[in-house]
Amino acid sequence: MKAEVTPSIQQPVKTSNNVFRYLRFLKFFFTNGKSATGFIIFLVFLLIAIFAPLIAPYSPSAAIYDPNLAPTAHHWFGTTNTGQDLFSQFIFSARNTMIVGFGAGILSTIIGLIFGVVAGYRGGITDAILTFITNLFLVLPGLALLIVIEAYVKASTPYVNGLIIAFTGWAWGARVFRSQAMTLAGRDFISAAKMSGKSSIRIMITEICPNMMSIIAGNIMFATLGAILAEAGLAFLGFEDINSTSWGTMLYWASSNSALLRGAWWWFIPPGVGIALVGLSLVLMNFAIDEITNPRLKGQKRRKKHGRQAARS
Amino acid sequence: MRYVINRFGFFVLSLWAAITINFILPRLMPGNPADAMFAKFQGQLTPAAIDAMKKAYGIGQSNLWQQYMDYLHGLFTFNWGLSFMQYPTPVSDIIKSSVPWTLGLVGISTLISVFLGTTLGVYISWKRKGLLDNTLPIVSMIFQAMPYFWMALLFVFIFGFKLEWFPLSHGYDPSLTPGWNGSFLYSMLSHAFLPGLTLLLGSLSGWIVGMRNNMINTLGEDYVTFAEAKGVRTSRLMFSYAARNAILPQLTSFAIAIGNVVSGSILTEQVFSYPGIGNQLTSAVTSQDFPMIQASFLLIAISVLVANLIVDLLYSRLDPRIRTGGLSHEG
Repeated sequence: MKAEVTPSIQQPVKTSNNVFRYLRFLKFFFTNGKSATGFIIFLVFLLIAIFAPLIAPYSPSAAIYDPNLAPTAHHWFGTTNTGQDLFSQFIFSARNTMIVGFGAGILSTIIGLIFGVVAGYRGGITDAILTFITNLFLVLPGLALLIVIEAYVKASTPYVNGLIIAFTGWAWGARVFRSQAMTLAGRDFISAAKMSGKSSIRIMITEICPNMMSIIAGNIMFATLGAILAEAGLAFLGFEDINSTSWGTMLYWASSNSALLRGAWWWFIPPGVGIALVGLSLVLMNFAIDEITNPRLKGQKRRKKHGRQAARS
Repeated sequence: MRYVINRFGFFVLSLWAAITINFILPRLMPGNPADAMFAKFQGQLTPAAIDAMKKAYGIGQSNLWQQYMDYLHGLFTFNWGLSFMQYPTPVSDIIKSSVPWTLGLVGISTLISVFLGTTLGVYISWKRKGLLDNTLPIVSMIFQAMPYFWMALLFVFIFGFKLEWFPLSHGYDPSLTPGWNGSFLYSMLSHAFLPGLTLLLGSLSGWIVGMRNNMINTLGEDYVTFAEAKGVRTSRLMFSYAARNAILPQLTSFAIAIGNVVSGSILTEQVFSYPGIGNQLTSAVTSQDFPMIQASFLLIAISVLVANLIVDLLYSRLDPRIRTGGLSHEG
């Protein structure tokens, strides 16, 4: 019954068809305005992150320039009150944010996959226990938990924060993966794999996971966005090594040196725009993936008024 | 009924887990944070006071189980210890004075956000490809990608600093004495406006897009098409036929939404120095005030758990399939 009730999002198609499916997927992904825009923004920041030392004109930490400069030709984003170049800080922060964001996003997706797929495929008591743990992490307030952990792990680096974020933020993905694995577990091709003697672990890795690739991709985007925002929030509150270079730390320094009340907009606008742009690129790509997996959301007009007009005529 | 018992069971278990995390975390960390704390206080407090604090904190007793029992006992008798930073104010007093601020701010902005977002979602799902349907999801995506606290900073800068429309920080004008009079209420509202707006805008997009997507799925159902063919009025079709069913998945996403709002409120309160519980938590962590940290985290966790429980129970009222067990395996 179950397989009928749930919309068949992914039909299991085998080998050669699979290639075409992914090609179609890619074609849609790059021709869709939203995801293409998102991908371009993402690519720009990825390049900035990779080539940060080449792009940044100065050292991000050297406090040797004129302090409190508004943007000038030499200092595009001005300088801090201790004379650090803000543009260089911005560029190097992109690198940390991308590493922490994607690292935590991918790690939490993997944890979510383990919990979700095992729970959904196994069912029974395993499912009950794993689902309980998942629901528990889902309802515990994320940032509050992170802050409390930070109270005991003092002045952690961005990377440690990324790890903590991944270990506390995987639950939403696990929930989505579980329900998808549950519907897949009842399909014929899984039964066939079982009868051919494949072990459960192999079935989960080679049969179930490949059939929910788009959900996994979507979850990586979603989890990365969450990790970037959480890391920025923690750094802004001052719960990250304040000498590290990240957009959140820049905002921490801006606000603790009351850049707001001195009108130094060049200090706190760029880091926020950076976070928002990277976040936006992820949301845009995620939106396109949503439209692919759920065709009803795609642009075509609702079967507009057909019913009504037919009834009236 | 089984569902209700189930939800209560989960509530009790998760409550226990939150309490236990709170107990274990400080004891799990390398080095005893409390010892470092006491070292810091050595000069400021009398030895007798430190002894009393140590006893209250179970330091020096080796039996972990005994500590746990004492901790639980203290918790349920509202004996939450004394704040390190504002010694000897009981933690429960500080909590009591800050909870109403957060509850008012988060509660009201969340209610407005859910109502407004759901209504807008219904509206744009009906006007597919209209101006709003094309722009609103994009605008909402930008809001989704923006950090709450950065939006709060922008509001402080634009509306507080540049335009001077609203006060920059705090919950009310400190020159006024709190009370139920006009000038105090006005001061309270004008101070709450910007933080409230931040929370509202930050969470609104999720509700709009979620409702829009649910509506589009529901509008594709046969019973809606049939009703349309019968000539049911548009407004009736949207609200009585489609929205009623589309609103159910909205409720299940409440769990993640409330977590986001609470996280957002911690950051927003920090930006506005709003006298709420989130602000207490961050300042307690900064000053290593462990009893305060434990109490405020526990309170935040409990309120989120209670909110979830209420939504779960509401869900069973709204969806009869849940009560009869037809959907017992979903979610």
